[in-house]
Amino acid sequence: MNFKTLLAGTALALGLAGAAAAEGPVKAGFIYVGPRNDGGWSQHHHEAAVEMIEHFGGAVELVEQESVPEGPDAERAMTQMALGGADVIFTTSFGFMDPTINVAAKFPDVKFEHATGYKTADNVGVYSARFYEGRAVQGYLAGKMTKTNKIGYIGSFPIPEVIRGINASFLHAKKVNPDVEMSVIWINTWFDPAKEADAAQAMIDQGIDVVLQHTDSTAPQIAAQKAGNVYTFGQAADMAEFAPMPRISSIIDVWAPYYIERVQAVLDGTWESDNTWDGIGAGMVGIGEISDAVPADIKAEAEALRDSIASGEFHPFTGPINKQDGSVWLAEGEVADDGTLAGMNFYVEGLTGEIPQ
Amino acid sequence: MIRLEKRPTPSRAWTYATPVLAVALTMLAGGLMFAALGKNPFLAIKTIFYDPILGEFAFYYRGQLLVKAGPLILIAVGLAMGFKAGIWNIGAEGQYIMGAIFGAAVGLAFYPAEHWYIFPLMVIAGAIGGLLWAMIPALLKVKFNTNEILVSLLLVYVAEQLLAAMALGALRNPDATGFPGSRNLQQYPAASNPEIWAGTGIHMGVVAALIAVIFAYILLSRHLMGFHIQLAGQSPKAARFGGVNPTALVVFCMGLSGALAGLAGMFEVTGPAGQIAISFNSGYGFTAIIVAFLGRLHPIGILLAGLLMALTYIGGEAAQATLQIPAAAIQAFQGMLLFFLLGVDVLSNYRIRLVKEGVA
Repeated sequence: MNFKTLLAGTALALGLAGAAAAEGPVKAGFIYVGPRNDGGWSQHHHEAAVEMIEHFGGAVELVEQESVPEGPDAERAMTQMALGGADVIFTTSFGFMDPTINVAAKFPDVKFEHATGYKTADNVGVYSARFYEGRAVQGYLAGKMTKTNKIGYIGSFPIPEVIRGINASFLHAKKVNPDVEMSVIWINTWFDPAKEADAAQAMIDQGIDVVLQHTDSTAPQIAAQKAGNVYTFGQAADMAEFAPMPRISSIIDVWAPYYIERVQAVLDGTWESDNTWDGIGAGMVGIGEISDAVPADIKAEAEALRDSIASGEFHPFTGPINKQDGSVWLAEGEVADDGTLAGMNFYVEGLTGEIPQ
Repeated sequence: MIRLEKRPTPSRAWTYATPVLAVALTMLAGGLMFAALGKNPFLAIKTIFYDPILGEFAFYYRGQLLVKAGPLILIAVGLAMGFKAGIWNIGAEGQYIMGAIFGAAVGLAFYPAEHWYIFPLMVIAGAIGGLLWAMIPALLKVKFNTNEILVSLLLVYVAEQLLAAMALGALRNPDATGFPGSRNLQQYPAASNPEIWAGTGIHMGVVAALIAVIFAYILLSRHLMGFHIQLAGQSPKAARFGGVNPTALVVFCMGLSGALAGLAGMFEVTGPAGQIAISFNSGYGFTAIIVAFLGRLHPIGILLAGLLMALTYIGGEAAQATLQIPAAAIQAFQGMLLFFLLGVDVLSNYRIRLVKEGVA
């Protein structure tokens, strides 16, 4: 192999990749951590991408890569897309963060959008949704609906995004049902139907009758359906195929408007690195239809909670809230700031167990 | 009627021809599968096998082939030694993880010092990590006659738990509030394993894989231990009469394969991966088993098989991205490769005879 030719080739192709951006349809790339038919997170990104493509007609071309492991393989997948002439690349999993930053540094003319991370650059923007707002509504429903007073939460990775969800749902379950206990099982993966099903089954065997999940597949729904008297919530996607039981509501990630807006900016040449974190109010988090399995008055209360969060009237993390060790986090009436939420690495009071560390 | 007749000795010609035949059959059956998915089979096969080597962006893919093939070859060479002797280390994935943990831990212990000896110490630690993890099934086998297949395999899952514990606890980056994962070693020069020549994909791990191939070749063809390994695999009884110490052989083969897998993990975590993270391992230890067999347990064969396997990965990803072929179809395609290889293997050990009904 001749290294000089290789290097010259690299320089040439980088130039070409830059030049290609000016002509032809804009190419939008999407990288998914799971298969695009996982029934949840990745599928929902995929569907939003397709919606975006349809919105633009022939002006935008879609390239996708699914089941990309978080790590060096992700870096290659992104480089591949950038070399292939992608103008904007959406990397849709937390673990793609460092690879996105690395590849973006090599392709200054390509725009990158990383979902749920916190590292930005001139050509890297980040976007996420305030899932914890939806978790508050789920927590409310869980607290009301549980008969055993035991609810379970399937955690993926112990990162702030997931811990926020656990805290938000527990706080609101506890508020309406002081006897409620929450068990968390960490499975260290976003997508693994077998592990997700095992976790759900282990919870059900312990008498847990409401299962929340922060993982991507519908396996927990299937486990709950088999058990019969267990409630679940759709995660990332509506998972309406499991309604009215076990799925009694859902958090729906609504990415399409964001994708349309950002790709439009690329088309217009006005794209700039951003840090978007929107919730129910802005329409990025949707609360799926609360099913008939939920009594009408509870449903109405849950919807009222949803609406008060959407209007900004109520923040799911409003004091008084203590940390797990009993120390004060938020005083009466105090509202959590985004900085603390973004790096949240503690449980609130009443949660048992420890965050793995 | 077709009849299989066992050859007195495996056919030399077929031993070389079957891998090529298996690749050809994989292309054929894979092409049919891609066609059934509504994709142009010729374009798909070209994207997988041709584009990464000679296509438009080959300058990038060639390097990536080496990045992907390096750990596969390094691990497979070690495994092949054991497989030849009938010692089945299936847990290279776990030894790979332990090598990465040991190596990274030594490097991080020195952070942020810059000394020339840090990286060499990490290399040694990585090999020791893999070796120690492989010694568990080895010693259990020689002391209690446990099955090394089961023990080594199950230790993979233990290693994965340890990896998660390290990423969340002891080795966690103290500066990344709330997020799991160690410091990124790519940003700590004394402990990093960058590309030796930018853009070529060649890092120390790739060099180590080449060295391992050469040493394994010499070991098998020139060294007494190599002879013992071959003898034990072909005829355990003869091996015993020939003075082969089975205990020493198990310890040697498991230790060697564990150390090489550990090295692969160490070079990966300091190079392409960069950090100890919960999802650090991505199956190299298991894929290397396929590579070892695809390469006929021969060092040169493994070198070629590792490159071929890497090609199906890189080309498969390219086919996904450019032709929108689903990831599962690519995995099925890779599976076909092993399937056909094992299938046509029959040709090297048996002769096919067409016999008329009732005669014979």
